[in-house]
Amino acid sequence: MLVAFGVLGLAQVGTPLVLDKSATPGDIALAVFGDKAYAPAVMRATNSKALVDPTFARIPTLDAVLPAGAKVWIPEETWAKAFLAVWDPNRVENLFGGGKLVVGSWWTAGGEAEGLEALFALYRGAYADVVVVNATVAGGAGFAFKAVLKPRLIAGDPPDAFQLHAGLEVEGYSPEVYLHPLDDLYSIFGWDKVFPPDLLTLLRYQDHYWGVPVNIHRANVLWYSKDIFARYNLTPPANWDEFFQICEFLKGRGIVPITLANAGGWEAPHLFETILASTLTPAEYRGLWTGETSWTHPGVTRALEILKKILDYVNPDYSAHTWDTVLEYIAAGNGAMNVMGDWAMGWFMAKGVDVGWAPVPGAKGVFVALSDTFAFPKRASNPINAMGWLEVCGSKAGQIAFNMRKGSIPARTDITPQEKAQFNPYLQSCMDDWARDAIVPSVMHGAAAPESWVVDFKDAINLFLVTRDVARTQAALVAAAKAALGQ
Amino acid sequence: MGGKGPAQGRALFLDMRRRLKRDTILSVLLVLPSALAVLVFVYGFIGLTTYVSFSNWNRLVPDYTFVGASNYLRLWQNPRFVITLRNLGVFTGLFVGGSLALGFLLAVLLDRRIKGEGFFRTVYLYPLALSFIVTGVVWRWLLNPGSPQMGSTGINLLLEMMGLGFLKTGWYTDPRIGIIAVAIAAIWQMSGYVMAMYLAGLRGIPEELREAARVDGASELQIYRFVVLPMLRPITFGAMIVLGHISLKIYDLVVAMTGPGPGYFCDVPAYFMWELTFRANRFAQGAGIAVILLVIVSLLIIPYLRHSLRREVEA
Repeated sequence: MLVAFGVLGLAQVGTPLVLDKSATPGDIALAVFGDKAYAPAVMRATNSKALVDPTFARIPTLDAVLPAGAKVWIPEETWAKAFLAVWDPNRVENLFGGGKLVVGSWWTAGGEAEGLEALFALYRGAYADVVVVNATVAGGAGFAFKAVLKPRLIAGDPPDAFQLHAGLEVEGYSPEVYLHPLDDLYSIFGWDKVFPPDLLTLLRYQDHYWGVPVNIHRANVLWYSKDIFARYNLTPPANWDEFFQICEFLKGRGIVPITLANAGGWEAPHLFETILASTLTPAEYRGLWTGETSWTHPGVTRALEILKKILDYVNPDYSAHTWDTVLEYIAAGNGAMNVMGDWAMGWFMAKGVDVGWAPVPGAKGVFVALSDTFAFPKRASNPINAMGWLEVCGSKAGQIAFNMRKGSIPARTDITPQEKAQFNPYLQSCMDDWARDAIVPSVMHGAAAPESWVVDFKDAINLFLVTRDVARTQAALVAAAKAALGQ
Repeated sequence: MGGKGPAQGRALFLDMRRRLKRDTILSVLLVLPSALAVLVFVYGFIGLTTYVSFSNWNRLVPDYTFVGASNYLRLWQNPRFVITLRNLGVFTGLFVGGSLALGFLLAVLLDRRIKGEGFFRTVYLYPLALSFIVTGVVWRWLLNPGSPQMGSTGINLLLEMMGLGFLKTGWYTDPRIGIIAVAIAAIWQMSGYVMAMYLAGLRGIPEELREAARVDGASELQIYRFVVLPMLRPITFGAMIVLGHISLKIYDLVVAMTGPGPGYFCDVPAYFMWELTFRANRFAQGAGIAVILLVIVSLLIIPYLRHSLRREVEA
């Protein structure tokens, strides 16, 4: 089955070869690939095999002469190329296979942990000689994981690969110092052809790729209770005027019109960024983060005014709720709407809530996107194992296995209709939007801005929840942009 | 010295000196490892942190260029930092004052030699055995604001059932009382400890003193005011130091219970330091907050150390 999905792993697509006369790895490489330079790849692949299957020869050095009858493993050429792109000739120990693969992430809960486990299973299938170490640190949006990871990066003891939001979040990791650029792997594995151009733009920082995306989430989804909307004969609001009419109508009936959480401090700013993407055009919104759109823009003022008005219709206990607990309002029929990323769908499905979805009012055709990628630290202890991990993450098999469990959509665009049919109806509609909509980056999930700016942005909005002072908050947002863009 | 000759005295002296020397060397050797460790891991890192706070390290890659006090200036211009300092002041006042008052009250009540004293003493002292994380989680639910649609829980439910529904508030979600709610949880945890200290102190006050005061015609209230409280002053002082430094370093309780809260009205400097350092990568500014916290704690501890050192010398 795995082979059918294409590029994946030496175990599936390599071939065993029994020598008919004695030869060195260099001779074998010359005979098979037409180039002696592939000798280290042959040696590593064979040694990896030998660890789990004693019929394979164990190759002690690059110039060892193997006797006739020795069995070696010829890796697929793509893999061999990727190996050579990553392998450091000063690190001979990486020619012997085995070792660990330490993967750092913040996926510990429900579907996301299952998705990660599915990726591990694929990896183990391809690289049976490697021990996978799942180094997760719990905590939404990775706030705790990042605090553990950063000191380890500085100290030179990073995991072999770690989770990173696609986009400018990478700036916070000083990639030119700490991370491997992945441009070679992108062209070897053909990722620069299967990911959509908007995403590739987002993934490039300082003209290099630093992470391999495994999924796409949409941040600007308006979830609504089908039950309540049917009872009062309402339709999902297409713009903010309709939205507030519905709010006013429902408030008079003892229902929380729009539920909000903010215990994590990021949920309300998340709502605000989706409003920004509705009051500005996609180009203007993208410009906010590059300096082309001024933060004094009237669209920003309008977004703050909308948020201010929304606060009159939210549940009073919003700061005691996390994004998932507040959905209980909708499950219990006491709340009508909620704005959250599409990871909420997994929650609704687990609780058996029949929920409707629509773009956030005024943002039809705008897809606020975020994506999880895996990055490759320069000082990873097991670089070859990490390379294999990135291969699995970028592969079609990996993306389908992961996203069906995580409740997100594959970043790859070459998903066939049959493969698409395996996903739930929401995700199928999301894939349609992903292919059709204008894609803009999410702020709170690391895509649009470096982390220091995200913190300033978040602080300004959190203060706004209490002061409700539009002018001062806009001034704070202008100052944050100025500090971040160095203007 | 009386009956001993000079030679014998000299031998004794040499022997003593030798033994003293060996003892000294031994004691120095014994103390040395921990002294070195403290020197490096406490004072060394205080020095390093202080230096970082004056450096330009405001992204992930360390940059030790000296930039003067600009990080401190930035902090003062940050409204969130000012809010956290104000919260810290309010929290410390409420927490220290509240724990002392409640602890003293409990100690006085238990000192009446009531039946089942041991039981109550254990009950009151138990919260101390919990970590602030546990306390935070428990009080997060006890002080949950609830809502008209989803109903109340915890204290608000209790108030409702007692017919005191008008007293319900948003607790830690209400910007006006957010940090007070956190202080309530902290007082609950630490007042038992203060009670134990005061109880030991009260038991140390001789009954004769109270008797004498009674003979002189003092009322019970006056006895406490003029006899008991002055005698408990060292305990009050010690408890204030312990509570004070816990309060200034408070972090875990806020994390578990509320997070920074709406408008940062539950936020404290230690939490902000963590977020500034590991989230925003502003290591120098985070170090600046650490130094400011250290200075505040020192203002509290140094007088105490001087006081207790002087007492030791006197003794």
